[in-house]
Amino acid sequence: MVVRVQLEDFNLGRELENLRAGRTDIGALVSFTGLVRDDTGDLTALELEHYPGMTEAALTEIETEAQRRWSLNDSLIIHRYGPLKPGELIMMVAAAAPHRRAAFEAADYLMDFLKSRAPFWKKEHGVDGAKWVDAKEDDEAALKRW
Amino acid sequence: MKLDVVYFAWVRERIGVPRETVETQAATVNDLVAELRAREDRYDLAFSDVSAVRVALDQSLSDFDASLAGVREVAFFPPMTGG
Repeated sequence: MVVRVQLEDFNLGRELENLRAGRTDIGALVSFTGLVRDDTGDLTALELEHYPGMTEAALTEIETEAQRRWSLNDSLIIHRYGPLKPGELIMMVAAAAPHRRAAFEAADYLMDFLKSRAPFWKKEHGVDGAKWVDAKEDDEAALKRW
Repeated sequence: MKLDVVYFAWVRERIGVPRETVETQAATVNDLVAELRAREDRYDLAFSDVSAVRVALDQSLSDFDASLAGVREVAFFPPMTGG
């Protein structure tokens, strides 16, 4: 089980390779990656603020609960903070399990809870100024699925 | 009692500091918010709509009715937007 909160970029492929390296018990590996999207061509940077200490604790709690609910070989959450450019990686989750259903569901669960329960805040910097991103009601409602 | 109070995102911007120590007798988060709002306009503005603000006590999500007994750090911030 890994939780990393970091300023620097990460390598998607290498993280997934590391998760499976040297193991023969994993049958399914599902990952999700969030990227900085620029809908209008006006985004100069996406700034991510977080709550050091609580962030790591919240992500660890989410991952621990996923491991309790599903039979996982391993799991991973990486989330960046600081100023990011359009196209850059923001975060990833991965779930490794003997079978695909558990891996898909656990990755989905990790994302739903990360969105609404991990203390990160996004601010969009554009050519016309900066704006905090509003939380989506759909994201909060999604937690009820679980 | 002395409380460390921390602010994030637009709550931090409206209040103007990321962290401060507050001397208070507030029994609950609601009491603390009322005390802060009575102090200065910048607090009143930040807490004008508490339905848009979340609270964590000692780095664990909580609510505005919660007791502050034994709490050392209170954090105020908008709904989270990670991922």
